[in-house]
Amino acid sequence: MKILVCISNVPDTTSKINFTDGDTKFDTNGVQFVINPNDEFGLTRAMWFKEKQGATVHVATVGDASVEPTIRKALAIGADEAIRINTEPTDGFYVAEQLAKVVKDGGYDLVICGRESIDYNGGMVPGILATLTEMNFINTCIGLEIEDNKVTAVREIDGGKETLSSSLPLVVGGQKGLVQESDLRIPNMRGIMMARKKALNVVEPVDGIKATADSKFDKPAPKGAVKLANSVDELVDLLHNEAKVI
Amino acid sequence: MSVIVYTESENGKFKKNAFEAASYAAEVAKQLGTTATAIAINSEENEILGDYGISKVLHVKDDSLKTFNAKAYAEVVVSALQNESATTVILSSSADAKFMAPILAGTLKAGYVPNVVAAPDSTQPFIVKRTAFSNKGFAHTEIKTEKKIIGVSNNAFGTVENKVDIAVEDFNTNIKEDAFEIKSIEIDKVVGKATIADADIVVSAGRGLKGPENWGMIEELADVLGAATACSKPVSDLGWRPHGEHVGQTGKPVASNLYIAIGISGAIQHLAGVSASKTKVVINNDPEAPFFKAADYGIVGDAFEVVPQLIEKLKDFKAQNS
Repeated sequence: MKILVCISNVPDTTSKINFTDGDTKFDTNGVQFVINPNDEFGLTRAMWFKEKQGATVHVATVGDASVEPTIRKALAIGADEAIRINTEPTDGFYVAEQLAKVVKDGGYDLVICGRESIDYNGGMVPGILATLTEMNFINTCIGLEIEDNKVTAVREIDGGKETLSSSLPLVVGGQKGLVQESDLRIPNMRGIMMARKKALNVVEPVDGIKATADSKFDKPAPKGAVKLANSVDELVDLLHNEAKVI
Repeated sequence: MSVIVYTESENGKFKKNAFEAASYAAEVAKQLGTTATAIAINSEENEILGDYGISKVLHVKDDSLKTFNAKAYAEVVVSALQNESATTVILSSSADAKFMAPILAGTLKAGYVPNVVAAPDSTQPFIVKRTAFSNKGFAHTEIKTEKKIIGVSNNAFGTVENKVDIAVEDFNTNIKEDAFEIKSIEIDKVVGKATIADADIVVSAGRGLKGPENWGMIEELADVLGAATACSKPVSDLGWRPHGEHVGQTGKPVASNLYIAIGISGAIQHLAGVSASKTKVVINNDPEAPFFKAADYGIVGDAFEVVPQLIEKLKDFKAQNS
């Protein structure tokens, strides 16, 4: 089985978010970038398929050279090879088209993406990618088993979960549940040394549709001070008469 | 060239998000000088959509679509779009809508913007406001393609009552066999309880509760309020509560009217995930807990004392106000 894990380079979850250039750009100043958490769950599940079922695991990302530390980390965790598509990931449709080319050229059986990146939260790359490559697609995937060509997957639904059967080739939009938080791996020294020798292939982008563009950003309005209630009676009164939520 | 809205139903009944999506579609249609048409699958009482500005319903009754299937449902929406010569599709932010929307985008070569919180800034160019950076910011996003797909955030634009005359038409579409390549084997879902996705009130608890054995009072409080239960990331990582309850940046977002956080200190990732909730209440024995800075109301106190009192008080309150 040949697996491609698609990785997005995102600000660490603890980042404070600021904008620059007249609020038209995300301010990367002082921000630490990491593998998108939803992608990392998928990458870790891919490592399981590699170790238990002999799968080959490649990782791909769309971005300029500045994303290479993130993709090297994926190699240090255990991916066999990496592909960087050398263009700015301006919008989800464009990114999906770039990845679709890699998927078609590479002949992958399984493509694991995160259900969404935690920066722009588009949640569209896996679904568009699946449609463009005519592969099966399962979103918000929290469980994935593959035997031969047969897939059993669990997806999160509002208020519960659904078990699905499918077949390869398949694209999943993954999240926590594919593996547990405690299964995530911190690269060790050996992994980091080996990652330096692994192939990181840079490919040039294909023409694509730039379907959307962020023209301006703002931050939520600052919040007023909390009102402290001295008793539950006072709290219920505030919620009923002032906030009018009960 | 109307606007199409996919209105979600369950066991024949429209969900709250269907009325929110319908209201949004009516607003977009007004701005574009056209009308809004709903596509509804196996729903009943379709006329009710007229209360939210929908002038036409394409009603699909098809046993093969009893269980949601993203690809098959997407085919239905695409044929509704063609039927109406429409270029704009509105959906909700439910798990099913977020499954289907990118398939629509790929099929229609359409720009898709999810998590939209307000009526379009403008329609020429077409710009909508959405959340970004996991609710730590907003983006004003232009959709540049001819066909456009908009996913409306829960409880943001809200429902707008706007009664219009409505026509319900049966709508049939031939779904390709390969759409059913993915089969539903089992659905495991809480019945008769509010879910985090559509609850008006969410009661959430964190590590301050000390152990999973202490969740009885959280569930009781949720019951009294008709609320959904949720939890912080550490609680879900420790296995005290199911992952489906984890709310925050890497878990589920919450956009309820009332969010009650009990024994949750308020890590930045958690605060981001729940920030779309309208009123936030924190109960914590540590007055320095960061959540107090993000909350509207709070009680500094021990959850094990405050929560049982709150349950009793709310029971009395409900008895008096019902």
